[in-house]
Amino acid sequence: MRRLEARDLSVRRGGKRLLRGVSFSLNAGDWLAVVGPNGAGKSTLMKALAGEWAYTGALALDDRPLGALKPRERARLLGLMDQGGFSQFSFTVEEVVRMGRYPYRQGFLHGGDPDEEQAVEQALEDTGMAAMRHRSVLTLSGGEQQRCALAQALCHQPEVLMLDEPANHLDLSYQKELYAITDRWRQRPGRAVITVLHDLSAARRFATHALVLREGAPLAFAAAKEALSDSNLRAAWDMDVAEWMREMGKSWDEEELG
Amino acid sequence: MNTGAPRARRGAIVLSGLILTGAVFMLCLCVGSVPIAFRDTLDVLRGALTGAAREDYIGVILLRRRLPRVLCAGLIGASLSLSGAVMQGLLRNSLADGSTLGVSSGASLGAAVAIVTGFSATVGELSGTTLMAILFAALSLAGVLGLAYALDKSLSTQTIILLGVVYGMLVSALLTLLITFSGEKLRTITFWTLGSLASVTWGSVGLLTGAFIVFSAVLLPHAQALDLFALGESRAAHLGVSVRRTKVVCMAAVCALCGVCVSVGGGIGFVGLVTPHMARLVVGPSHKRLLPACLVGGANFLMLCDLAARTLFSPRELPIGVITSIIGAAVFIALYAKRGRHDAEA
Repeated sequence: MRRLEARDLSVRRGGKRLLRGVSFSLNAGDWLAVVGPNGAGKSTLMKALAGEWAYTGALALDDRPLGALKPRERARLLGLMDQGGFSQFSFTVEEVVRMGRYPYRQGFLHGGDPDEEQAVEQALEDTGMAAMRHRSVLTLSGGEQQRCALAQALCHQPEVLMLDEPANHLDLSYQKELYAITDRWRQRPGRAVITVLHDLSAARRFATHALVLREGAPLAFAAAKEALSDSNLRAAWDMDVAEWMREMGKSWDEEELG
Repeated sequence: MNTGAPRARRGAIVLSGLILTGAVFMLCLCVGSVPIAFRDTLDVLRGALTGAAREDYIGVILLRRRLPRVLCAGLIGASLSLSGAVMQGLLRNSLADGSTLGVSSGASLGAAVAIVTGFSATVGELSGTTLMAILFAALSLAGVLGLAYALDKSLSTQTIILLGVVYGMLVSALLTLLITFSGEKLRTITFWTLGSLASVTWGSVGLLTGAFIVFSAVLLPHAQALDLFALGESRAAHLGVSVRRTKVVCMAAVCALCGVCVSVGGGIGFVGLVTPHMARLVVGPSHKRLLPACLVGGANFLMLCDLAARTLFSPRELPIGVITSIIGAAVFIALYAKRGRHDAEA
């Protein structure tokens, strides 16, 4: 991909407007962080982008409208890892990760995906799940499930990788690893990343751009530092977010002094 | 047990499945109220295939009575098990099977109507009961899917299950009403609703074979999509599965297939529910192996159950549904207990 363009996206479900008038654009190599308080419409936006929920407005990748694509074609371009665990059938970790290759398979005899083995191995390796590949996904802890879902998304290898709160349930070392993996991902040619993030420090540190939402409406879209300015964050959360973050950070300094 | 299993092992599993099916098939042909030697059975089959059918009483029993019956049992077992596995995968519900949408109950109602009214038109070798059951199955399928679509365009799992339950209750109320006014035909209806293969003909075999080929050709290619349904419908959609189309196509095929099965053999319970669970314990949850395993497992299971139904209290016939439920429950509990131990050791 070179450029993803969303113009005036709105989502209406069950008579409620969940999202209205959201516009942004994304070039290859960008990392867009979508932030906002609960109920701001972050996940709604992701579901609309992934083609799961109907939207109005224009959404185009390299000037091709996404609505015109077949589901598998679309899945090769945009892939979403969302929140939530696994169901009751005891697939192994490797089987679940391998399902990420579905959009590349031709017909049910699934020839024609020469990259499958390599993609599966790489994804298991990157997420530290290689040793657990034969475990049933039903026996995984919350954090391990999250890493398994991430491995599936990496194995999927869409051009625009979308992650809905990828750091949920992850312990710190894997959070660090997650951000490193995602950062390497966006730097490969023709790739971009969109993440919903609650961790505003991570958003400021890693994202190139940010979109701030509140109650379904866009507050700001700009380069990360600019969009996540003191005033924008205060408007979104009705509190002095920057001041709070600084105060939290201070506790570490005091530790060192003590 | 995973996709990395060596080709040789997979080959061995397929081969042993085929050998098992062949052995069970021959066993069911030989054993019965009139035992027939293996050698004679082979001879009659060879004669039938080469066009020189034996006209003695052994030939008549085998070709007119036993062979169509065993074939019907195998085909119905395979069809109901395949349907059960598909519905469980589609709805992510381990209690679902081909009768979840209520179409099978609709077929039962049709058969009861035919019995009570004495409807006796025939087409080829298909009885009036079978024809009426097929008609009611088709109407039920159209009614349930149409209503589901009208109520909830996304065809959510909850809507489907709820609608199936409600429709099933309505149909069984009507069935009870019919039974109340059925008089001396009560026994026939009751026997029929519990399932029986006592009156199948070569016409039934033809009907089942046709339905099985058409609808399993529709269902089997959805194996990979069904795997993704296990991740939840949204994730399946994100990975490029056309969720609603897959649901409509698979449910229509399942209902049609089960409707045909019920119209031939009556309401044979438990096979569609329990075979997929047993198969899952053997080959794992991946539908690429599960669906074929269900075909083999279901065919063998029902052939053996029918054998028990016609021989245990010979000359009296038991309803096959009684056998399937008793054996199925016992096997199911044994398999689960074994798996529980296995998990505890792991």
